Amino acid sequence: MAINDNETDNYQEQIEVFEPDARSLRGGGGNGGFRRQQLRRKVCALCRDKVDIIDFKDTRFLQAFVPERAKIMPRRISGNCAIHQRMLAEAIKRSRTIAFLPFVTD
Amino acid sequence: MAEKRTYEVVLIIDPKATEDETTNLIGTLVQTIEKQGGAIVKSEDMGRRKLAYEIDRKTEGHYWLFEIDGSGAEISELERRMRVSDLVVRYLTVRVDLDRRRAAKFKAKRTRRAERKRNSSPARRHSNNQPEFEMEEAAAIES
Repeated sequence: MAINDNETDNYQEQIEVFEPDARSLRGGGGNGGFRRQQLRRKVCALCRDKVDIIDFKDTRFLQAFVPERAKIMPRRISGNCAIHQRMLAEAIKRSRTIAFLPFVTD
Repeated sequence: MAEKRTYEVVLIIDPKATEDETTNLIGTLVQTIEKQGGAIVKSEDMGRRKLAYEIDRKTEGHYWLFEIDGSGAEISELERRMRVSDLVVRYLTVRVDLDRRRAAKFKAKRTRRAERKRNSSPARRHSNNQPEFEMEEAAAIES
């Protein structure tokens, strides 16, 4: 059930990784419906934790969504819902302005 | 402009500033806010922190946080002051009342939904209908 063949991915501790399967779906054909059923739908971690407000000063929290290259983690990886992703992106950008978080890392 | 707004202002003070200079700066900023009719809810020293990136060759900064209730007039004056001051490396103003109102709305929605769920859940309904249960017990005792 779990698709854990992607250990080398930069985004650790994620439930599942969609991309390789999406690609094989497109190329493989035929059993698309079957494979699709196996993909568990990711729920938004922030909805689950009932996060109503995201503070730009809470670096520890934001860092979970800023992997090593300091980019904002995309929704397709984190599984966040649109509302929370927008709140998160806003908070991360504010945090960068005031030098709590980096714009780039090298 | 009559509506009340809440702002959070974070500023980075030059780490080379002496303690006196810092207290002076904060004092004048507080004065500016109050003169313009703003009320300071919170004035907090966030301490020295490493900057995530270099600003004006500085790698460290002294952070300070204000929370201000007001109309917005004091913010423009405050920002002007901070722009002019050499000790303020950077500042950021965020309006927070709208976000907080939204958060409260989310919360209210959640509790409402939880309430509805509790009322319609069969397991709970049974425990809520205690009188019925007692009647059953009474009948058992009678017979």
